[in-house]
Amino acid sequence: MARPDTGTRARALLVVVVVGHVLLISAQVGTAAGPTLLRTAVVSVVTEAQEASWLVVGGVRSVWDAYAALRGVRENNAKLARENTDLRVQLQQARANAAGADEMRALLELRPHLPWKTTGADIVAGSISPDFRGITIDKGLSEGITRDMPVISPAGVVGRVALPAGRTATVQFIVDRSAAVAVRIDRSRTEGIALGNGDGTLRLEYLSATADIQAGDLVVTAGIDGVYPPGLAVGEVGRVERAGQAYRAVTIRPFVDFSRLETVLVLVAPTPVWAPPVPVPAAKAAK
Amino acid sequence: MTALRMAAFVLGAVLLQSVLSRLGGGTLADLVLVAVVSVALLHGRLAGLAAGTAAGLLQDALGGGILGLSGLGKSVAGYLTGVAGTQFIVTQWMSRGLVFLGASLFTSLLFVGLSALLGLRRYANPLPEIALQAAINAAAGVLLFYVIEFMPTAREWWSAVLERRRKRRYH
Repeated sequence: MARPDTGTRARALLVVVVVGHVLLISAQVGTAAGPTLLRTAVVSVVTEAQEASWLVVGGVRSVWDAYAALRGVRENNAKLARENTDLRVQLQQARANAAGADEMRALLELRPHLPWKTTGADIVAGSISPDFRGITIDKGLSEGITRDMPVISPAGVVGRVALPAGRTATVQFIVDRSAAVAVRIDRSRTEGIALGNGDGTLRLEYLSATADIQAGDLVVTAGIDGVYPPGLAVGEVGRVERAGQAYRAVTIRPFVDFSRLETVLVLVAPTPVWAPPVPVPAAKAAK
Repeated sequence: MTALRMAAFVLGAVLLQSVLSRLGGGTLADLVLVAVVSVALLHGRLAGLAAGTAAGLLQDALGGGILGLSGLGKSVAGYLTGVAGTQFIVTQWMSRGLVFLGASLFTSLLFVGLSALLGLRRYANPLPEIALQAAINAAAGVLLFYVIEFMPTAREWWSAVLERRRKRRYH
């Protein structure tokens, strides 16, 4: 039979645990390096169990989805055919625009865009904390995934790699409370910082007082935060509300449905940057 | 419940929270906290302290943030719940609900306060979300205790069914 815990022993243990936690938190605040080995080990072990539990639930869900997908498939086909036609037209327009941009680029002697190098990853687990919005993917350090690599889906930006482990990596969503993305309003070229609200939306901050923003505007990455390359779709402006004379509360609805993600793409190539031509010194040019 | 069973119970809650998160309801409830409070109510403050520490650190380790941020709140909540369980009669659904509600509010407020103090997260108006999560946690906790209390009855019922079948086979 277990020995009954005395009040003194229990209180002493509580003090030890609390002091231990405070020291642990203090050791990590303000330093980039954390106890990576411990984390890596914990993530590797728990992810296997998470993957197994999702296999069961995911199986049930896919059977239900397959049944639900059968209903109304004809209407969906007609809708998709219409969308396909529209997209073909848009593709042609985009090709024409790209040809024009190539000519402009040649005229300006800018360096060409580097092609994206991406790697696909499956989602193996969701977050186990309600305070962290993210996922675990099946690619990690062994596949060349490092911290802060951007993660995208066909719909738009998903987030960044927050914690790469051996065979897996934890991805922080852009809607997490501690996430931030430098963004640009595509129509007016206004730049700002989108901060995660934690509830599935973002809010736009650090805007100029005269910024031209309307509900429905497309929001793309600005490429100035050192994490996300420019031009990736983030979402659209949901609400623009006046809050005082100079301040406006702008909400962004992300394009990505974070609860329906199955696979994602990790951008593993270095962020391509448009670089101006290197200026040639006057003396050298004269020669 | 042995230490191994308690660990399995908390790990089960971790996996369930992970599944809930993938289905889009990850922010609604903290099932790991519900498990910690249940362990503390059933087995006292030391078990609550140990379960809270382990579960909180696990959440921190997998969340990519600062290690110890969730662990601190859950450890203290586990300990205090264990103390409340020995000092008061916590057998009715309302008293149990209040314990779960209090533990959830304490943990969330400590987490939000520490995050804001250290500049790790931004909160515009966190109170409605905290209150909603605490209410859902309380409901989940009360429901869990009904299940735990029903288990011996279910086991007896199942044994009786098996016994009846065996008798029918022999006669």
